[in-house]
Amino acid sequence: MSATGYAEGLAAPATGAHSAVRVDAYVEAPIRAFAIATVFWGVVGFLVGVVIASQLAWPLLNLDLEWTTFGRLRPVHTSAVIFAFGGNALLCTSLYVVQRTCRARLFGGDAMGWFLFWGYQFVIVAAALGYVLGVTQGKEYAEPEWYVDLWLTVVWVHYLVAFGGTIIRREEPHIYVANWFYLAFIITVAMLHIGNNLALPITMGHSKSYGLASGVQDAMIQWWYGHNAVGFFLTAGFLGMMYYFIPKQAERPVYSYRLSIVHFWSLIFLYIWAGPHHLHYTALPDWAQTLGMVFSIMLWMPSWGGMINGVMTLSGAWDKLRTNPALRFSVTAVGFYGMSTFEGPVMSIKAVNALSHYTDWTIGHVHSGAMGWVGFVTFGALYWLFPRLWNKQRIYSEKLISWHFWIATLGIVLYITAMWVSGILQGLMWRAYDENGFLQYSFIETVAAMHPYYVIRVMGGLLYLTGALIMVYNLWMTVTRGESEEAVAAPAPASAVSAAAA
Amino acid sequence: MIETLSSLHSTFATLWVVWFFVLFTGIILYVMAPWRKRGYERAGDIPLRDELPPSRR
Repeated sequence: MSATGYAEGLAAPATGAHSAVRVDAYVEAPIRAFAIATVFWGVVGFLVGVVIASQLAWPLLNLDLEWTTFGRLRPVHTSAVIFAFGGNALLCTSLYVVQRTCRARLFGGDAMGWFLFWGYQFVIVAAALGYVLGVTQGKEYAEPEWYVDLWLTVVWVHYLVAFGGTIIRREEPHIYVANWFYLAFIITVAMLHIGNNLALPITMGHSKSYGLASGVQDAMIQWWYGHNAVGFFLTAGFLGMMYYFIPKQAERPVYSYRLSIVHFWSLIFLYIWAGPHHLHYTALPDWAQTLGMVFSIMLWMPSWGGMINGVMTLSGAWDKLRTNPALRFSVTAVGFYGMSTFEGPVMSIKAVNALSHYTDWTIGHVHSGAMGWVGFVTFGALYWLFPRLWNKQRIYSEKLISWHFWIATLGIVLYITAMWVSGILQGLMWRAYDENGFLQYSFIETVAAMHPYYVIRVMGGLLYLTGALIMVYNLWMTVTRGESEEAVAAPAPASAVSAAAA
Repeated sequence: MIETLSSLHSTFATLWVVWFFVLFTGIILYVMAPWRKRGYERAGDIPLRDELPPSRR
């Protein structure tokens, strides 16, 4: 069906002998591989998340082995869900969307697609092996050592060339707004990755390196990177997904295209300055902390502008929420986006941060964004993409999508409410002191108080993982048992037709 | 040279903020101009017309 690209009106000047019609097929095989990798790494990431959540509740599960301790498995979880699950989802959807909205075949063709696929999977495996074996830079969300960083840079530059090249050769005059978000994500992540990973290895044969910056400068660069990994990897990229897949699922254009452009530019202007809110009450100069807080609060406006735009796209078609469970995923994702982009600015206010920082409240906030926004918008896109990529009429079971939706939603609710209670309790216990000015609780008492909430979190994670496994079954059955669309007659070049006629 | 630059630093820093403000205001005015509304509405339809027409399937 959609495997054939834009081919109308491209007849070459007639020469009498034959007129060649250029028929380009969209690149799809590597995109199918990215879709499978998204599902695979999603399950791995959620599973490791459940394991490390269990370790926090029952420390015996660290197994007394260095490779399976929380400290080593935690970056496996974060990298698996952000860069492996989220990254593959972004590569998958961006390469799918850019070809269709530009009506152009992927720059570099199938070879480029396969290089990106295998190159990126190699980054994931090399990074994860490093974490388990204790090879790490110790920078949050930027743990891989220099040799993995270098390889990722090579892959990412190819990604930029492929995406940008496809836009340059577009046959649609306007660059659709989803591509703006994807391009901002690709360019900014390249800049952040290089800026935060400037390091010198001990020798070229040694895995250990030392960063060029140190002290508070290093901390500031790290959180300039870290927060913009959230802003551009987990937000801008997935907003690109929202601006394509919600209109497709709702079968109507985005509520306000003009608002989407204002959303884009205001987000781009503001996000890059918000990083210092991760360093409140540290050695970072006070003016920089205030700057981070002010920009974080201003971010509320564009975030909610985008959320309203996504939700209101259903204006006049709200009934689809009842009949289309995949769309329900996408729209609920936008709801979670609105919720977490309200909570984030609140937490960046220094008075609030004095309570929330270093507590589980932050973990709950991150997970409402990651599981609710990133996860759900990806599930919505996957349910839409799988039948189309494998040329099937429909998804195997709409009912199973509904089961996935409700189980995963319940999992998120358990997770984030447990972390709110646990985080605020933790913050209040840390700051409580008695009439003589002594701290009221020892640290271990605060750890013991967390136990019930850690168990609830494990249950939430288990539900989320269960939902994902239901999705795996549903997608597998769609691909293997689903009814195929009618076979598409592959258009042949006119030169071949005229040669046969002669 | 360095002294001159550092003495101008605060002026440039302020001008940079003003420049960003003007640039962003310019973007808003450009996008919200009433005569561009139709064009943007057509652009919003791009995802809905990127499949092949039924006659070509």
